[in-house]
Amino acid sequence: MSFLLNDETVTLEAVGPSDTLLDYLRLQARLRGTKEGCAEGDCGACTVLVGRLSAQGLVYETVNACIRLLASLDASHVVTIEHLARGGRLHAVQQAMVDHHGAQCGFCTPGIVMSLYGLLLDTPEPDDDAIETALQGNLCRCTGYAPILRAARAAAEDRTQDADPLIAGRAAVTARLQAMRDGARVALTRDGQRALLPASLTDAVDVLAETPGATIVAGATDVGLWVTKEMRPISPTIFIGHLDALQAIEEGEREITIGAGVSYAVMARIIAAHFPFLAEYWQRIGGQQVRNMGTVGGNVANGSPIGDTPPPLIALGAEVDLLSAEGRRSLPLEDFFIGYGRQDRRAGEIVERLRIPKPGADVICAAYKVSKRRDEDISAVCGAFRFKVADGVITAARIAYGGMAATPRRARAVERYLIGQRWCEAAMARAGDAVAEDLTPITDWRASAEYRHKIARNMLRRVYLEHEDARATRLPHRGAA
Amino acid sequence: MNRETPQPTDAPAIPLGRARRATPHDSAEKHVTGTAVYIDDMAEPAGTLHACLGLSDRAHAEILSIDLDAVATSPGVVGVLTATDIPGENDVSPTGKHDDPVFAEDRVLFHGQPMFAVIAETREAARRAVAKAKIGYRDHDPITDIAAAEAAGGDLVTDPLTLSRGDAAAAIAAAPRRLDGTMTIGGQDHFYLEGHIALAIPGEDDDVTVHSSTQHPSEVQHMVGHVLGVPSNAVTVEVRRMGGAFGGKETQSNLFAAVAALAAKRWGRAVKIRPDRDDDMIATGKRHDFQVSYAVGYDDTGRIHGVEATYAARCGFSADLSGPVTDRALFHADNCYHYPAVRLSSRPLRTNTVSNTAFRGFGGPQGMLGAERMIEEIAYALGRDPLEVRKANFYAPGRDLTPYHQRVEDCVIARIVAELEQSADYQARRTAIIEANRESRIIRRGIALTPVKFGISFTATWYNQAGALVHVYRDGSIHLNHGGTEMGQGLNIKVARVLADAFGVGLEAVKITATSTGKVPNTSATAASSGSDLNGMAAADAARQIIDRLRAFAVEHYGVSADEVAFERGKVWLGSERMAFGALIDAAYLARVQLSAAGFYKTPEIHWDRAAGKGKPFYYYAYGAAVSEVAVDTLTGEYQVERVDILHDVGRSLNPAIDLGQIEGGFVQGMGWLTTEELWWDDEGRLRTHAPSTYKIPLASDVPRDFRVRLADWSENTKPTIRRSKAVGEPPFMLAISVLEALSMAVASVSDYRECPRLDTPATPERVLMAVERLRAGG
Repeated sequence: MSFLLNDETVTLEAVGPSDTLLDYLRLQARLRGTKEGCAEGDCGACTVLVGRLSAQGLVYETVNACIRLLASLDASHVVTIEHLARGGRLHAVQQAMVDHHGAQCGFCTPGIVMSLYGLLLDTPEPDDDAIETALQGNLCRCTGYAPILRAARAAAEDRTQDADPLIAGRAAVTARLQAMRDGARVALTRDGQRALLPASLTDAVDVLAETPGATIVAGATDVGLWVTKEMRPISPTIFIGHLDALQAIEEGEREITIGAGVSYAVMARIIAAHFPFLAEYWQRIGGQQVRNMGTVGGNVANGSPIGDTPPPLIALGAEVDLLSAEGRRSLPLEDFFIGYGRQDRRAGEIVERLRIPKPGADVICAAYKVSKRRDEDISAVCGAFRFKVADGVITAARIAYGGMAATPRRARAVERYLIGQRWCEAAMARAGDAVAEDLTPITDWRASAEYRHKIARNMLRRVYLEHEDARATRLPHRGAA
Repeated sequence: MNRETPQPTDAPAIPLGRARRATPHDSAEKHVTGTAVYIDDMAEPAGTLHACLGLSDRAHAEILSIDLDAVATSPGVVGVLTATDIPGENDVSPTGKHDDPVFAEDRVLFHGQPMFAVIAETREAARRAVAKAKIGYRDHDPITDIAAAEAAGGDLVTDPLTLSRGDAAAAIAAAPRRLDGTMTIGGQDHFYLEGHIALAIPGEDDDVTVHSSTQHPSEVQHMVGHVLGVPSNAVTVEVRRMGGAFGGKETQSNLFAAVAALAAKRWGRAVKIRPDRDDDMIATGKRHDFQVSYAVGYDDTGRIHGVEATYAARCGFSADLSGPVTDRALFHADNCYHYPAVRLSSRPLRTNTVSNTAFRGFGGPQGMLGAERMIEEIAYALGRDPLEVRKANFYAPGRDLTPYHQRVEDCVIARIVAELEQSADYQARRTAIIEANRESRIIRRGIALTPVKFGISFTATWYNQAGALVHVYRDGSIHLNHGGTEMGQGLNIKVARVLADAFGVGLEAVKITATSTGKVPNTSATAASSGSDLNGMAAADAARQIIDRLRAFAVEHYGVSADEVAFERGKVWLGSERMAFGALIDAAYLARVQLSAAGFYKTPEIHWDRAAGKGKPFYYYAYGAAVSEVAVDTLTGEYQVERVDILHDVGRSLNPAIDLGQIEGGFVQGMGWLTTEELWWDDEGRLRTHAPSTYKIPLASDVPRDFRVRLADWSENTKPTIRRSKAVGEPPFMLAISVLEALSMAVASVSDYRECPRLDTPATPERVLMAVERLRAGG
């Protein structure tokens, strides 16, 4: 495999599937500006940029190097903090961080600088919402963020960024990365551990058939933790994040088809266009780095009871397509989740894509997430709702919750109760009684069972209240709202 | 003579000089370019080995067997260490209680207690090997919280403290009104971004050098010597900078340094130990959880007549710093309020949890939170704004004696609160919020103004000393070393500025060097907000000695009078002549003038008799106040802090930019403690919030968009501290109590403010919603 590391081309022969980009940078390349704070993609101290060739050309995205697996970087451009200051001159973001006292202990600082740099490459004139969103995946324990936000605003005012080497060098880097993509399957090994990068989706299915029991990795935002925290062996590993076919998005008349490899960040554009009720919710999945890495298909395939994407997809009536050497199989997404940690994915199958019906104009949709911390937190409960109302009466209901059972699950008793009821607050409140028939949540560190019940019920009332008067029922939240 | 203006009792040790310069952190450019070197970034000596700790997976058990055969034969493993491999004492107890083993021997007392260490060629090999240990246990029931500890008889890790003045019980009984209550206060993980780390390099004889991420190099030195069985002079501990500490590296670094040193001497190779974040959070101490039980007698004006309170703390399995932490809780159980009669007791309880330790404020925040809860309760009982009750009880002339019998002589809280109340438009906003809450069904708002008074000095009086070592080299460049450590707080730039101004040179002439036990001995922890007070003065003392010698030399050599010698802008004035600083230095060298000095400082006036509960433990107080406004969603308990106004007293600021950073950062850290940061133990005594995925510190988007912080620019320390500044590290942390009380007000609105919601902390969305529902249901 080959990739660009700042200005250098790196070619590696011995790469294991568990090797992380962060360990490579710090231990092999000895670039020690990138720090390890948590080794689970939550603190952002290890933030670097990865440039990849996409349908939109070369795009740079922030990622967490601690859980980004090295093998997935074939034909990518890795940009670290060491790449920013040129000829003894600080980059505008760095200068602003100095001028506004944005660093105290300095340990989170390289990651913060990279997140802000990534933001400005993508959004040269960000507002405060965009700055806070870009920093959702970066923890700072010293400054209280206020000086960092001041620095970010100041850096955004600095127009010298047009001369930025990543902008100026775009064509040259594109050419270098294209030259690295030879369209062949890549097989890497280290100490008997195997990493396989199929040449295409068809090849991926073949590789999977040839390699029973292989771990499939797209964004590694979950598998990365198996490696860094559990030290679980994942070999042989099939990497699929680079496959163009899985990045495909089709905007049809009745439904949107999303390739399983589409990241949360790319999906955000589809959300804004077709599912605006989900925009704020979507922006609260992980931090920006995780949204850049993690995929919708991965979140589904992984089957977590607290994944944020299944409830709204189930409420919308999405179907999942599974591909194997035998062909394609489709099933409603809710049926894919069988039990805790068990999904209806057969040996040799890969989650290929999701088909999401567009909600019609006569439909009322909502999705809510409640977590201890508003951003970059795992849900205590998330709920998604889709109602049809005709002449003041509910004629159809699809309701799905996460965090309330061992799998993301529909609340069918609630649905049954509501169909035929008047569209009013009292009915929604009464329907809450049926939540207990459907779901028995547990008590853990995120929430007690009692609290989960209360908010699952209150979400039903909120759907109605918010539909009547959004301003009066929601916190003056920032961002997409 | 004007008695109203406090006059300094001593002349300042050095001229006031040019303070108030917003110089960036000395390492700012290195921070932003990633070139600042933390211990894990240092070039490792060839052959460096890596250690990983084996942690217990039981909270309370006898160890029946430790089988490390599979560990020792795991690929890359060089060896293992257990208690039997320790040549000195198996103990890193900072207070000499011998209750803090490096490796557990016959029993484990909390889940995550180190039992052994693996030493391997790589960190990964060491981590993989640890998982192969086979430990046989006989389980006992763990006692994991305060209630269980009290129920089991209330075993204490250290002697409790009682502070008493007057007859509190009688005063409460005689008061027109009385209320009783209990508040549960959660702990807090430090979540320094750089976790614990030590790199030990063996030397000849018994020598070892340890690079340790520690706030207390001298203690690490002492502990490493104690564990290795060698004198302190064999051990050198160095720290250039830490990636955050907040008290979490005051004593908790001892164990890691000891293990690295032990292995380094055993195998004769450099050894690094850097635990994974989860292990760091599981195995190291945190802020103490408290349960405060109080009875307060008061009258219809809201004035307090008497207070009785017990502060029970979850200390964990050993004493660590729990004695001084629970003491400081009592020292702050008055906050800004005069209690005419008072009795306060601490209960430092032993539990089967990690041994809790220092954390910014050191018990003070919990003490103060109890005081503010009493004020809040009185206000709700009387149907008044809590701010009125606060003002009715502020320390004032004639009402100035604390529960520890120290007089509050420098109190500026009334002025701070009055100014903030005005500038934040508190009254009008409060009225508008109460009005708006009547109309708003779901979203409710709250606002609160809370004050802070924080005592400055270590209550262990002997800690209030510091040293510095200053060299001036022949070329005029200056080497600065002092006993304080840099953890991001900007100590070094403050001290460097003091030194540069003393010599009349630019900051670029002063080299800041790593803290080393070989340069300044017997230092105190950089803690208790004392760093610049103590080390700034010590450096000034060193500078004064050298300048005195230079001045004497100039008088003799150039024939000027002493008062004609002045050091300014890199030049030395000799009457009407001037010469470059470097030229004078070179001339002084040739004349055999000593150009190096060890400076020293000890805080005057303070004393403390713990047995009697009387004395003057604090040299002075730092003050501040904050107004916070919040919005609460009463369907889910979620909330948002919308606006915060702060007015804080740092005396004459040594560096307004650094001080502002401490205030903003301290406030947000305090807000995290009181809102989303929840430590959650399961029934088996396992901490389940042990990583940033489960333990939620504030993010940029949690910070109020409207965040107005001002320094009380009229303030000046009445004591002759360094340039009349005040300590700033800890006091702002407690300004965040205003957020909790604003949440409380928003909750109280659902029952028309008739009832104090008694929110426990952290006030997670869950606790807020539960309080809303409890109040709606009628209590």
